[in-house]
Amino acid sequence: MSTAGKTSYVGLLKNGIFGENPVFRIALSLCPSVAVTNTLKGGLLMGIGVLCVQTLANVSVSIVRNFVHQRIRLPAYILIIGMWVTAINLLLEAYAYSLYKQIGLYLQLIVAFAIILSRAELFASKNKVMPSLFDGLGMGMGFLLALLTISFFRELLGSGSLFGYSIVQTKPVLLFVLPAGGFFAVGLLMGFFNWIDMRFFGGHGASGASH
Amino acid sequence: MGKLLELVIAASLVNNFVFTRYLGLCIFFGVSKKMDTAIGMSVTFISVMVISSSMSWVAYHFVMEPYHLEFLKILVFIVVIAGFVQAADTMMRKVAPGLYYKLGIYLALITTNCIILAVPLINADSGYSFMESIVFGLGSGLGFALALIIMASIREKLEVADVPKPFRGLPIAFVLTGLIALAFIGFSGLITL
Repeated sequence: MSTAGKTSYVGLLKNGIFGENPVFRIALSLCPSVAVTNTLKGGLLMGIGVLCVQTLANVSVSIVRNFVHQRIRLPAYILIIGMWVTAINLLLEAYAYSLYKQIGLYLQLIVAFAIILSRAELFASKNKVMPSLFDGLGMGMGFLLALLTISFFRELLGSGSLFGYSIVQTKPVLLFVLPAGGFFAVGLLMGFFNWIDMRFFGGHGASGASH
Repeated sequence: MGKLLELVIAASLVNNFVFTRYLGLCIFFGVSKKMDTAIGMSVTFISVMVISSSMSWVAYHFVMEPYHLEFLKILVFIVVIAGFVQAADTMMRKVAPGLYYKLGIYLALITTNCIILAVPLINADSGYSFMESIVFGLGSGLGFALALIIMASIREKLEVADVPKPFRGLPIAFVLTGLIALAFIGFSGLITL
């Protein structure tokens, strides 16, 4: 799927956002899509964290791809990712402390995201630096957009506000800020995207069907 | 002793990793299709969790704290856990090859699984003692096993259900998990630590 050696950079970006959207299409790294999305702020911070780590990890893996021996490549990639995650965490802890307190655990766990390691292994370890950079940007942006979509609905329905400013005055549906609501929201959105895909693009509703 | 028992119940039911902390979802959805794989995974998971939380406690308190290396905890915990899982993997291949072929890929995935990594991180952040760390790992493992087994028993029935086409596979599994999570809200407030 990622043999797109010669496609344009825009194509790589698009692939990450639509074609292989990490959350809705390949269904990897699902934990944060439920965990931090009860507010838009949380979703945004998490998305930015993943975007940075994915891009930086892709670039660094691509740079060292010719020096790392085949046998030890996975541990090496994990250490590279861990390094960037630590760096981003220290940065966010310094500049967005109050928010970091709430979702810090999930930010630290970016290191365990299947999506980042799988892009490093499937794409960055086989491609030059520039395509890897754009693949990372695309994947990260796809992730960010997915988190924003989910958290938009959850904050709007669950607390009647966006970014903490109240928008709707009616009684909110408390369910959507609760843990359970996150699962409902992701399930329904996934089903919805599958439906669009089948109805208008003739897809097979493949989202996560392999899991 | 009472405190430790409370910690087990809190970690397994009140703060169940899957239903209230949303961790480990990839594996949760991956292996919950069949009951026997779910049970095998649960056993592996509980043992890896207990042993890795004790090992990382030792690494944290005897190596990282004396040298003020706390900021490296993500990297160190990953290395400790990965090394241990690799050893467990080799052992399982020899001792229980049948189970190994069923769970092989997920055992490999355990290394970078979020729950396995989250437990030592939480232990370090909350300053648990050695016993408390082990018990917390045990409780979290039990909670995850409970979640897996509940989900597997439902999904076996789901195979024959008539689900709308766009919802087949993961979406309906998510909605199901939401329903179970609703039930788990009932446990909240049972114990406040």
